[in-house]
Amino acid sequence: MMALIVTGACGKKKPPVTRPPVSPPAATSTGGPRPAPPEPVHEPVPVPAEPMASDTLSSIDIDTLNRNSPFEPVFFALDQDDIDAAGQQSLNHNAELMKKYPTWIVTIEGHSDERGTAEYNLALGERRALAARNYLVSLGVPADHLRTVSYGKEFPFEPGHDEGSWSKNRRAHFVVTSK
Amino acid sequence: MMAASVALVVAGQGQPQSPVPEAPRQNDQIVLKIQGPPGLPPKYAVPDFIALTNDAETIAAAKTIGSVLWDDLNFEREFYLIPRDTYRSIPAATSVDHVPLDQWKQLGADGVIIGTVSKTPTGVTVQVRLIEVASGRTALGKEYSGTLKNPRLYAHTASDEIHLQQRGLKGVARTKLAFASDRDGERMKGPVAERGLSNIYMMDYDGANQQRVTITRSLDITPAWSPDARAIAYTSYRTGFQDIIVSYIYEGRYSNPTAGTSEKQNFLPAWSPDGTRLAFTSNRDGNSEIYVINRDGSGLRRLTNHPNIDVTPTWSPTGKQIAFTSDRTGSPQIWVMNDDGSEAHKITNESKCDRPTWSLSPNNEIAYASQTGAGFDIRLYDLASASSKTVTDGIGSNESPAFSPNGRHIAFTSTRAGKAQIFVIDRDGKNLQQITRIGMNRYPNWSQ
Repeated sequence: MMALIVTGACGKKKPPVTRPPVSPPAATSTGGPRPAPPEPVHEPVPVPAEPMASDTLSSIDIDTLNRNSPFEPVFFALDQDDIDAAGQQSLNHNAELMKKYPTWIVTIEGHSDERGTAEYNLALGERRALAARNYLVSLGVPADHLRTVSYGKEFPFEPGHDEGSWSKNRRAHFVVTSK
Repeated sequence: MMAASVALVVAGQGQPQSPVPEAPRQNDQIVLKIQGPPGLPPKYAVPDFIALTNDAETIAAAKTIGSVLWDDLNFEREFYLIPRDTYRSIPAATSVDHVPLDQWKQLGADGVIIGTVSKTPTGVTVQVRLIEVASGRTALGKEYSGTLKNPRLYAHTASDEIHLQQRGLKGVARTKLAFASDRDGERMKGPVAERGLSNIYMMDYDGANQQRVTITRSLDITPAWSPDARAIAYTSYRTGFQDIIVSYIYEGRYSNPTAGTSEKQNFLPAWSPDGTRLAFTSNRDGNSEIYVINRDGSGLRRLTNHPNIDVTPTWSPTGKQIAFTSDRTGSPQIWVMNDDGSEAHKITNESKCDRPTWSLSPNNEIAYASQTGAGFDIRLYDLASASSKTVTDGIGSNESPAFSPNGRHIAFTSTRAGKAQIFVIDRDGKNLQQITRIGMNRYPNWSQ
């Protein structure tokens, strides 16, 4: 049982575990002393070490990839869609990554913090996503590998109601849509 | 205050673009209008309706109709509704023809509404009679038939007829609010954490009969009723990007006139007053601009052309102008242009403004959200005087205003009670009411 859980958790294919044959019901025998229960015989199942992966990013599934995203989000000042120096550095990194994985289609989500109005934020999020997209295209990333979508203030990353959260929620977030 | 709102309605009647329909003239009889004392609204009493058949369902319906009718009539502030607990002791009428008028007179009522409910082989018959207490004459007598599935609808119908006949006012008791809600707790996989999804819901204007409209496993927001209230247009993310869907909610079909793609996304639809066109926001030319399209998807026309944000259009009552939010002067403000995009000009000069909503009433005003301190308040811009006044009171953040079709009430989203809920307030800032309580509810829109 333990072995099965461990196998599931590390996500590697394993040979199928043979089910032990079902023992015949003991209650059918009448009289006489019950036979001693069968002695358990087993040995630990070895868990193979992770293979030396030359490229883990191309082998893991999209959800896992996006949860631990190799892309760096771009953060924005209040009501702004300008990409500052730190944002440019992040986009340079993201552009390199996209060139390394030329089959990836990436969606850039535009987000805002909760302080503005919902409708304007839909447009502001879009501006942020488009600003990030245009910068990536200027770095040579093919435009047809990039999608944008704005969620405005619909999906904050941090739930707090202070600048610590707001600054993380004003962002362009990168999601691999297909590989 | 009562007198002021009465005067407004009277003033509105002479204007040609008034959306208030003429009172129906079924015959040449002169309508008996029940008056109050000079300068005061007439006082109405609405006791429980009389159950003429003695089964539990009819008795319950009779109670419901009386109390909902009281609320409906109270909502427009055209009448002074005598509190119901003050006349529990007055014996119920045995029929609409046998009413203890002297006792109603003693209570100070100018009008009393007596109603009956009786079961029939096919459903139910509801009688409503508005009686002038002083004379005993019937000002309005109606008989309705139908099922007992939603007794509130008889009260709403009677209320609208009474407002129309007695005050020349288009009541809103049968209107509905569409909104976005996350109450069903549906979640979508997100790149970091799961995300709570909102879909479109609808309810009666008073919050009764809340029900779900869309089931898409994606985000649906910003609903907008078609003027005939048969369809709701909204922003949907069902394709992975923003596009406008028009759901024909009584027919189980939908259309997609904007035919968006990941490169041509569309959001925040607004119906023209005649229902033939949709104004909306799209990024199809590289940034947020305002467009208009025919309901069938033909005749796409771009109205704005500016590198800054132009978003969230709303139509004037005549359909000749469109107000929208633009940050082309550095901060989001409300702008107005003609429906061909010409003569765009800024009408607000405040900290930040958004979500203009043009009243369909003769008041000729635009409601919008305006930053007041840390949060937003609902404000009203009067086009005649080019001035604004604040409607809400600075508690919580208040945004996404939507006018009732008669222009007297505004539904909006507010965080004043915790997470965002839908509230309704009169345009003069009175009668604030919380309408939703389950989940988070936003983006109200009022049917006509």
